[in-house]
Amino acid sequence: MVEVLTRTGPLDGRSFAASGVRLSPAEPAARLSLRAGGDAVKALSKALALSLPLRPKSTSASGNLAALWLGPDEWLLIDEDGNDLMAACAAITAVHSAVDISHRNVAIDVTGPNVEDVLAAGCPQDLSLRAFPVGAASRTIFGKAEVVLWRRSEQHFRVECWRSFADYVFGLLEAAARDPG
Amino acid sequence: MMQPFRLANAGHLGGASPVRFTFDGKSYIGLEGDTLASALLANGVHLMGRSFKYHRPRGVIGAGVEEPNALVGIHRDAARKTPNVRATVQELYEGLTAVSQNRWPSLRLDVGALNDLGTPFFPAGFYYKTFMWPKSAWERLYEPFIRRAAGLGEAPDKPDSDRYANRFAHCDVLVIGGGAAGIAAAHAAAEKGARVILADEQPALGGAMRYLSATLDGKSGWLWAQEMATALSAMDNVRVLTRTTGFGYYAQNMLGLVERLSDHLAEPDPDRPRERLWQVRAGRVVLATGAIERHMVFPDNDRPGAMLASAGRTYLNHYGVAVGTKVGVYTADDCAYAAALDLRSAGVDVPVLVDLRRKPNGDLVDQAQQAGIEVVTGHALSGTDGRLRISRICVRPREGGERREYEVDALLTSSGWTPAVHLFSQSRGKLAFDEATQRFLPDTYVQDAVSVGACNGTAALADGVKEGLAAGETAARETGHRGKGRTLSIDAWSPEGGAGGMIGDSARAPQRGKAFVDFQNDVTAKDIRQAVREGMRSIEHVKRFTTNGMATDQGKTSNMHGLAIAAERLGLPVPQVGLTTFRPPYTPVTFGALVGHGRGALFEPTRRTPIHGWAEENGAVFEDVGQWKRAWYFPRDGEDMHGAVARECRTVRTSAGIFDATTLGKIEIVGPDAARFMELMYTNPWQKLAPGRCRYGIMLREDGFIYDDGVVGRLADGRFHVTTTTGGAPRVLNHMEDYLQTEFAELKVWLTSTSEQWAVIAVQGPKSREIIAPLVEGIDLSDEAMPHMSVREGRFGGVPTRLFRMSFTGELGFEINVPADFGRQAWEAVWEEGRKHGACAYGTETMHVLRAEMGFIIVGQDTDGTVTPHDAGLSWAIGKKKTDFVGIRGLARPDLTAVGRRQLVGLKTRDPNKVLEEGAQIVADPDQAVPMKMIGFVTSSYWSENCGRSIALALVEGGHGRMGEIVHVPMPDEVIDAEIVSTVFFDGKGEDANG
Repeated sequence: MVEVLTRTGPLDGRSFAASGVRLSPAEPAARLSLRAGGDAVKALSKALALSLPLRPKSTSASGNLAALWLGPDEWLLIDEDGNDLMAACAAITAVHSAVDISHRNVAIDVTGPNVEDVLAAGCPQDLSLRAFPVGAASRTIFGKAEVVLWRRSEQHFRVECWRSFADYVFGLLEAAARDPG
Repeated sequence: MMQPFRLANAGHLGGASPVRFTFDGKSYIGLEGDTLASALLANGVHLMGRSFKYHRPRGVIGAGVEEPNALVGIHRDAARKTPNVRATVQELYEGLTAVSQNRWPSLRLDVGALNDLGTPFFPAGFYYKTFMWPKSAWERLYEPFIRRAAGLGEAPDKPDSDRYANRFAHCDVLVIGGGAAGIAAAHAAAEKGARVILADEQPALGGAMRYLSATLDGKSGWLWAQEMATALSAMDNVRVLTRTTGFGYYAQNMLGLVERLSDHLAEPDPDRPRERLWQVRAGRVVLATGAIERHMVFPDNDRPGAMLASAGRTYLNHYGVAVGTKVGVYTADDCAYAAALDLRSAGVDVPVLVDLRRKPNGDLVDQAQQAGIEVVTGHALSGTDGRLRISRICVRPREGGERREYEVDALLTSSGWTPAVHLFSQSRGKLAFDEATQRFLPDTYVQDAVSVGACNGTAALADGVKEGLAAGETAARETGHRGKGRTLSIDAWSPEGGAGGMIGDSARAPQRGKAFVDFQNDVTAKDIRQAVREGMRSIEHVKRFTTNGMATDQGKTSNMHGLAIAAERLGLPVPQVGLTTFRPPYTPVTFGALVGHGRGALFEPTRRTPIHGWAEENGAVFEDVGQWKRAWYFPRDGEDMHGAVARECRTVRTSAGIFDATTLGKIEIVGPDAARFMELMYTNPWQKLAPGRCRYGIMLREDGFIYDDGVVGRLADGRFHVTTTTGGAPRVLNHMEDYLQTEFAELKVWLTSTSEQWAVIAVQGPKSREIIAPLVEGIDLSDEAMPHMSVREGRFGGVPTRLFRMSFTGELGFEINVPADFGRQAWEAVWEEGRKHGACAYGTETMHVLRAEMGFIIVGQDTDGTVTPHDAGLSWAIGKKKTDFVGIRGLARPDLTAVGRRQLVGLKTRDPNKVLEEGAQIVADPDQAVPMKMIGFVTSSYWSENCGRSIALALVEGGHGRMGEIVHVPMPDEVIDAEIVSTVFFDGKGEDANG
């Protein structure tokens, strides 16, 4: 019997807090890159028990499973309970592409009253509540890294990036967090 | 407290604490709220610098960012020495250390001033004329001389120890300039609910309220501005940024602002940034940037003590400092009268006010006369005296005539106001010349902006405030904030406004002495005339020939004068001579602010694989491949690179080697049309590749040249696992996505990058199967069940795997893909098994050597974007029956099918110990005359431990037909002979890739 391998994340052990903001690596999660045309949305929504969002920057959630709209035919599915999303999609006959990217991405939770200013150090998007309300999500850039921002609450953004960029993104967040006001 | 020129009852600094500082080693005391310039003037110090070219003694000219003369070094410590700081902008702090520049041995006695006597030898265009010949003198004499003379101040010689920050921001209305008009605009927009950012370069809002005798809403202008600043800052929808310069106006209402956070502090917090760059995207921009006063151009107008009228007034009315005891005034507009009146009320003697205009009139003129000031109209200044400080002015009728002299110790001059249209012009707005007031004013807007107040040419304060209010309200409405909130009105009054005045040389005739147009670059009226005489017609040429307006102040006080003098000499109207282009930045911006957080580790992402830590702990030497760190080789004790690579190469072929291949690009291609898409993107056929099998694929560009390559596994009918080169990963995905969206949009297929989903561990060598077998579950590893070039899904170490049987070494080999978080543990498990079989870890160098032994190419090393599959000996990889793929037409072009193309071949040096240099050129005849005809070059070259000799790959003209020929590689010290051979060097003797 083979001994089962254990996980090592690129941000294990990292955390940072400054006045008005806290950075902490998110727990591992299951992630799926889901691609499909409009004709498959209904079937996919049914199979996933969650209605896929259709408007830019929007998200939908059902329990700990969330779907983030990234493009007209593209969603990022995140299941914080780690359920097997590939299996959930396996039986769907409607034309689509499901690819497991659970380990491709790493997430950082950025929380606190200064969260908008900290992210604005590297993200050119308008992150005010008016333009980026709670529940909004967008694939954008943070400094020189591609990220997906997802606003979980007024003072909580989840920042998803590719795992080899995590060290850079965390470092830039730290530098930004040291610039209050 | 020694501040002999500080007046008790003047200025806005009443009750401020004293602040100690030094200038050139001498201690002084100023007040909190002073600039370095105002504090020095309070101590009677006017001499603050030496001019660039003639080293003339210079004093402060302005009271703000336009200052051309008073440039000093501010030294905090060895790493923080800032050169060329305008003393008029540097706020005083306890212990400030300032030093003068461009002088030796001292500011008062400067040897460089001999240049002034040598003026006839330094005419305009001196450099262009003098340093032409002899050619040989350029490197040895002229360039070192110019370099030593060029530039001002002392740059720090240590890395910048300060931190800098960056911030993107969005707002409905961005107001640049916090004078009365800007405050009015911000307030009006904010009242309507718009998100407003108001930026001003000074430490406090107020702009010209520092010196104007203005009343707003029944209060003094300064008090009103401070109250407004407090009120605006308290509003949730307003961000007031002081010490913040709007320096650049870019496309789509994006503006660059730099906020100075610590240059005014005695002890800056090392954890806080020194400056913050704001990149603001605004719905509407209100430009309230004010106007800049111009000096009068007349002989010897540069002596310390001579300054702009508004500057003298600012030092008096804001800082409470008298700039002299006997202050002369020379003007061509009304503003200077107000300055004279203010000085007189403060008890300062104003011996004479000279007005170039013949019949000036108006309230201010009357008041000056009533106050008993001697007003001399229709006269000009023909010269001044005084070495380190002005002592006398000479006054003559305009038309010439008897000359009178006045003793003075300061001189205020004003020729009128230049609207600060820099940002408007940067926004690509078009300016129009207003003949009546001799000004360029905003005319055609290209972006969503509006100019208000003095920068719009509006002279009267009340009108400027009205414009500001209207602009703010309109901007709010246009960004969706209508209806609610108060409509404001502000009652504003001031006795004078910033008028146009006159531009050009006030004497308009040849004269003795230098009449300076550009103080910082020492450009005189005579220089401008000479430029025209020597054939310069466009102001752009005049500017470059004379360097007028090319100093760090970018001609804020000089450009209009220079233009007018050139126009007069050319006999053309001003607009026909042109206006030089306004470019960012408005004032100098530090590199630190532009770089922001992007220094050191944050300059560029450094990408590391999940296995990086193990490699580091096990002594790997790393190389950079794009943003990735890759293990290059693993030296053991006492081994150099050569020894380590030789051992690793031997071990792989005799036992096995373990290699981190995680960085390879991976793309998952999924959908019912996946195979059709693959057929179009690659030269190879894919339809018949069975699920579970792999194929080496080649991708071309439209032009038929190799773009990328890699092994592709078919996981299911509609799912391919594509690998790309490490460096090619992002561009290959883009290339595919581009074709999918534009050319093949009808295909039902999607592309997803999985480069980072999988950690990839390559195990290569005769023992590889034995090494991995104990860790694999659910996959039959036998040759029959899993032949060379196949892929299986199963479990490895208890976690999901995609296991490839493939080889980049010619040996039996596997590539284990596991989800990235398991990469490190999987590697360690393989390593433990490998050790039992004498396997080693190997790096990219050994990988390169082993693949070269087999003649496998590396795209980008053995190809350079001009190599076809035929050239590379890969014709077999082109599907012969295929009728379409990207590059198929390109491959048929006559040039790509011509004989004599450079083709990839192997090279064996005649001396087997001689390793060729990669990139070395190849010739057929080494005895021909230089320049030789080169027939190719070496693309890869290594010592091959397994072959016991050097091996090389090369692109050689008609190479495939030259087998056995001897070619020659000329090097600096010898010519190396080599034989053209097949690209396959290593003849596998043991269990090879096919088992």
